[in-house]
Amino acid sequence: MPISVFIVASVVKSVIVLLALLTAVAYTVWLERKVVGHIQNRWGPSRVGPFGLLQPLADGLKFIFKEDLIEPHVYKPLFIAAPMIALIFALTSISVIPFGNSITVDGYSIPLQVTDVNIGLLLILGVTSMGVYGVALAGWSSNNKYSLLGGLRASAQMVSYEIALGLSLIGVLIQSGSFSLRSIVDAQGGHFWGFIPRWNVFHGQIIAFFIYLMAAYAETNRIPFDLPEAEGELGAGYHTEYSSMKFAMFFMAEYANMITVGCLATLLFFGGWHGPLFGPAWMQAILPVLWFGAKVFCFLFLYIWVRGTLPRFRYDQLMSFGWKFLLPLAIANLIGTAIVAVTW
Amino acid sequence: MHLILFLIFAAVCVAGAVNLLAQRHPINSALSLIAVMAALAGEYLLLGAEFVAAVQVIVYAGAIMVLFVFVIMLLNAGVEEQTKGSRVAVLFGVPGVLTGAVLTAWVLLRHSGTEAVALGALPGHPIEIAHLLFHDFLLPFEVTSVLILIAIMGAVVLAGKPEAEERKAG
Repeated sequence: MPISVFIVASVVKSVIVLLALLTAVAYTVWLERKVVGHIQNRWGPSRVGPFGLLQPLADGLKFIFKEDLIEPHVYKPLFIAAPMIALIFALTSISVIPFGNSITVDGYSIPLQVTDVNIGLLLILGVTSMGVYGVALAGWSSNNKYSLLGGLRASAQMVSYEIALGLSLIGVLIQSGSFSLRSIVDAQGGHFWGFIPRWNVFHGQIIAFFIYLMAAYAETNRIPFDLPEAEGELGAGYHTEYSSMKFAMFFMAEYANMITVGCLATLLFFGGWHGPLFGPAWMQAILPVLWFGAKVFCFLFLYIWVRGTLPRFRYDQLMSFGWKFLLPLAIANLIGTAIVAVTW
Repeated sequence: MHLILFLIFAAVCVAGAVNLLAQRHPINSALSLIAVMAALAGEYLLLGAEFVAAVQVIVYAGAIMVLFVFVIMLLNAGVEEQTKGSRVAVLFGVPGVLTGAVLTAWVLLRHSGTEAVALGALPGHPIEIAHLLFHDFLLPFEVTSVLILIAIMGAVVLAGKPEAEERKAG
């Protein structure tokens, strides 16, 4: 592939993926309000457009036109930088996520992925571990007790659960023998006995999947692990002092992280874009991307469902759950997978 | 292309390191250190050592520096104090460091006999690193883990309350 084609393809892919991600973020917020509304026997947004579908646009406009307050007591450089850090790292990790097989345009085979690096999974872990700074610095630079407590809780929680998260992924890595997300998905093609898909979750990694799921909820600060922004005790936690677009950036970062976590769960445990293919050639080209989107949608729905159902942990419960239950379980799963991999 | 990227990352690295010393507030210094580590990760990537680059970001920039920032936030450490001694240190330290750096660079250039490393010339793939760690250097690796275990136990002992005090409190 000549370098000019490569650059054009990369730019086009980046723009499409970024736009798709931001749209998905906006409509995940809509979905969440709608679903939680119905869980609580309300309608959710219903006035702006059919089914309230234009609500995200209205929200966006409102965020842009709201006054951007910067309190005199904040530490200004970090106060301004913190939401950017959070959003930048949340959007970066989507760049290594593959959405489907390659497509052929004008004789060139273009993989449906912004970039395929052979340490894709590690890159995502690195980027998410840097995302902690956005939250921690926001809490500290606000110069406000509640914000500081929220920031401290968030960083302690994210550092603790990162370990269980990382260990839960190693089982998958042992089975596929690669850090590249594309090869991890490729290793999950085919079926057991002709009908059960050869996805990692059916391939002995079901415990790892549940560890991943719980640790990921904690990493994204979602209910039941949303201690950093527990509104009953901390105001709004680390983003108490933020208004207008700066608050919107934290909000978008949280939802973008949810989507990344959903994508990663799909790729690592649920076979990525693998699914039944049928119909004419154009359908065969589109179906993998649709399967991928449908699986990610299921994870987002689960997130919202959990939010509408479960109460919040206490902080000591959160810590002992992470360190005394998830971590030993992840280590046991890792040892078990390694023994099976070596003996078979 | 690689040279340009190398120069950019190197410039970020040096600027971050200078900023680390120049900043008065500990949290700014800590953040500069994170920038230095991230730029170093970029340099590792240029050498073709993707795994080391990723580990640099995850372990150093991600985990260890979070703890640094955490401690600074918890202690609410204030602005660094300036004494007469620190001014003297600046007066002698800056020229001293500059001379030392120039000398080191000169000696390395003239006498080390090393060439520039080509991209991908060194082993950087996870498989090769795993082979080195868990096969060729297994004993040092395990001994290091025992060392870390001892350090953890020491930290637990130091952090735990003495038993008598605990009984009083309970």
